[in-house]
Amino acid sequence: MKARVTVTLKSGILDPQGKAIEGALKSLGVGGVASVRQGKVFDIELESGDTATVEAALKDAADKLLANTVIENYRVEVLG
Amino acid sequence: MKSAILVFPGINRERDMARALKLASGHEPAMVWHAETALPDGTDLVVVPGGFSYGDYLRCGAIAARAPVMDAVRAFAAGGGLVLGVCNGFQILCEAGLLPGVLMRNARLKFICRDVHLRVERSDTPFTRGYNAGQVIRVPVAHGEGNYEADAETLKQLEGEGRVLYRYCSAGGTVDEAANINGAAHAIAGIVNASGNVLGMMPHPENHVEDIMGCTDGRGLFAGLVAHLERAA
Repeated sequence: MKARVTVTLKSGILDPQGKAIEGALKSLGVGGVASVRQGKVFDIELESGDTATVEAALKDAADKLLANTVIENYRVEVLG
Repeated sequence: MKSAILVFPGINRERDMARALKLASGHEPAMVWHAETALPDGTDLVVVPGGFSYGDYLRCGAIAARAPVMDAVRAFAAGGGLVLGVCNGFQILCEAGLLPGVLMRNARLKFICRDVHLRVERSDTPFTRGYNAGQVIRVPVAHGEGNYEADAETLKQLEGEGRVLYRYCSAGGTVDEAANINGAAHAIAGIVNASGNVLGMMPHPENHVEDIMGCTDGRGLFAGLVAHLERAA
């Protein structure tokens, strides 16, 4: 079973890396960029289980390690 | 003073720290591997040194903070034991939940490796009693992620409870934007937990303790810890 955990910075948290990327995109002439926030994606393969169990395990993983919930939000998706 | 220095893969300041602790206390610190589940008997002080534990993978200090030895450190701190985290050690203590907040990428994105000035905000703590309140000390920093951030409520609490012990300042002791090298909230360089026995700081006092280093301003921190523990004994 495949799943994806996406970790993003909470709004209001300064993201210097996102700002630098935003600046680079603008200097490359990429049109219409208003702002950039950088995050992380974890693609995780799990031993099969029912969706609810897998979701609970991924939520546990995100709370314990993948995200620092002081500054980050996360989203869990079971891809099947 | 019986001190224990935690050693994680990728840590690189543990020997500097051992030298500074030996110099201040006369005792060789114990080196404690991250996979241990207990601290040596009679430990007075746990030090989490600087470096790049686990290559800074995931987030600085995130993986080290979940190492087996950290449960022992949590129990030690809960019992009132003194814990000092420097640089990556500060990041590890935040990730471990022993200190509030987080160390973000430096505001101007550069790795900063140079001497800075710190204002010692108060002298009535185990970590600052070797200094006078308001004293300015010069110590090195070497970090890319030292920009301390916490939510407004936490910052208010830290300030209200006098838990900011070290702040970035100019040579003359002025705290302003120019002296705040990494953009940290309230120019915070070092904070303690609510019970005052866990300190995290980004600068490296252990690298300014001998004449050959060109400055000995870091000595006060270690001398203060030794004096505190002698008085408590």
